[in-house]
Amino acid sequence: MVQNIIDVRNLSKSFDISFKEPGLKGTIQHFLNRQTKSLKVIKEISFAIKEGEIVGFLGANGAGKTTILKMLCGLIYPSEGSILVAGHLPFRRKENFLKNITLIMGQKQQLIWDLPPIESFYLNASIYDLDKFEAKKRIKKLSEMLEIDDELFIPVRKLSLGQRMKSELLAALIHEPNILFLDEPTLGLDINAQRNLRKFLQKYNKETNATICLTSHYMKDITSLCKRVICVHEGAISYDGKLNQLLKRLSPVKEILIVCRSEKDATKLESSGFTIKNRINNEITIKIENSSITSSLKTILNNFDIEDLFINEPPVDEIIGKVLIKKDYEI
Amino acid sequence: MNLRKYLKVYKKFLHTSLASELEYKTNILVDLITAILSLIGSIFLLSIFFQNNGYIGGWKFEQALIIQGIYTILNGITNTWFNPNLTEIVKHIREGTLDFVLLKPIDSQFFISLKKLNPSGFLEILLGFFLLFFCIRINQINVNLSFLTLSLITISCSICILYSLWFFISTTTIWFVKTWNAIEVLRSFLYIGRFPLNSFSFSLRIFFSVFIPIAFITTIPSEVFLGLSQLWKILLEVIVATVFLISSRKFWLFALKFYSSASS
Repeated sequence: MVQNIIDVRNLSKSFDISFKEPGLKGTIQHFLNRQTKSLKVIKEISFAIKEGEIVGFLGANGAGKTTILKMLCGLIYPSEGSILVAGHLPFRRKENFLKNITLIMGQKQQLIWDLPPIESFYLNASIYDLDKFEAKKRIKKLSEMLEIDDELFIPVRKLSLGQRMKSELLAALIHEPNILFLDEPTLGLDINAQRNLRKFLQKYNKETNATICLTSHYMKDITSLCKRVICVHEGAISYDGKLNQLLKRLSPVKEILIVCRSEKDATKLESSGFTIKNRINNEITIKIENSSITSSLKTILNNFDIEDLFINEPPVDEIIGKVLIKKDYEI
Repeated sequence: MNLRKYLKVYKKFLHTSLASELEYKTNILVDLITAILSLIGSIFLLSIFFQNNGYIGGWKFEQALIIQGIYTILNGITNTWFNPNLTEIVKHIREGTLDFVLLKPIDSQFFISLKKLNPSGFLEILLGFFLLFFCIRINQINVNLSFLTLSLITISCSICILYSLWFFISTTTIWFVKTWNAIEVLRSFLYIGRFPLNSFSFSLRIFFSVFIPIAFITTIPSEVFLGLSQLWKILLEVIVATVFLISSRKFWLFALKFYSSASS
């Protein structure tokens, strides 16, 4: 049985936030007598993640995804509850724990700006106590997987965003961590760079069985990498389960555009009992429940003269968008 | 602590810092010229103070030059290590890149205190030593083992006090986020270290000995050079340096508990 590598129970986090009224009066008041209020940004959440799982954390801006990730990797002390990551209490930041994890943030970088990435890789290798031979071997392997070669020797400031992100990944993975925390890793990347990064993460997960916790606002990252998602709404978990189950639940019907050979066939299909969305000449759009899609399509193909048909799935962004603004999607 | 690993990492820090700085040749040249001009300016200013009766606080110009020499070495160390690293703490905290430091299996204080290096500060350190050698000759100082040992101890203590003061202020960034002004105030106070402690009024002497121990930093090592030092003063400097160093460490570990990281 696969072990839980991350175990979170009744975790809460509160921050003291200061508030400021607008205008000069508010500014003076804020300067002289700063009013702070304790804000509970994470509210008693519990979940467990198994070794080798890729889990996507979904939520609107400010929902608390990054705070959860930062508590999991030990950067922020939790206010209440318990976290166990690979058998360690993360906030103690013990050496053995730190050698097991990595954090990659799409909007922040650790590479030395004026030097080629290779210099940062060797610096990280020395911090993780790797000898030169081992470091060289790992850099070669990862650079092949990430398809970066010449870029290793060009100053970071001259690299494109995509090349920089690949280099950031290499720097963060040189110690071969078992748990990866990725905070919007594809932020600002073009479509090809996003796809390459996703391909790399899939390959890395497959080859090393690493556990990946990911936050992203790009739904393609979530749909192509994560089987399981945890939806966070105002600091609480609104859904924790399989992504396809969530999609099925939120979008129980599919729309099928059927192009009939003649208007006569279209009329026949229209009166055959399917739920019709609309009809334009010999083109009919019908709605079919996900559960009966195979049998319905069989019936249509066997009984009607069909020229072509298209299955239209509603965009995932649209479906997930519904989750981000609602409180409870438990299944 | 694995000393071999830390030495290896420091070697890498030196290498990457030098390589980064050497990317900008003109900047290094300007820094070197600034260091030379700054030393000439300081000696000129000092000579003006001594023009009237040749003494300040009981110190002759030749003796006060020792203080200037030690100040130049300490300023060189500040510009080589403290300034590039400890001002960076503010940036790390404001931009949230301290996250990367805290997640490395290495002591975070070691990392943020020594990662960078400004090689142009070396010239200042070298100029300071030249000035000290010159002072040893003109003041006819007898160089023996006890002199060398006591000089080394007191100058090392001065470096520790200076580092701790910088580090304390930089650490407060975790709560106050912006502390540039406090660092500028500290730098201004450091200028005071170019003059003998006795040249100030009694109240200022107390202030610069107890509250901000700038006086310890230059005056006590200079007294060792002139054979005027008393054992209790040297012991006091060692105690102050140890207390400051330990406190800075404890303060850093305490402050990290309040680190909330920058939002993404």
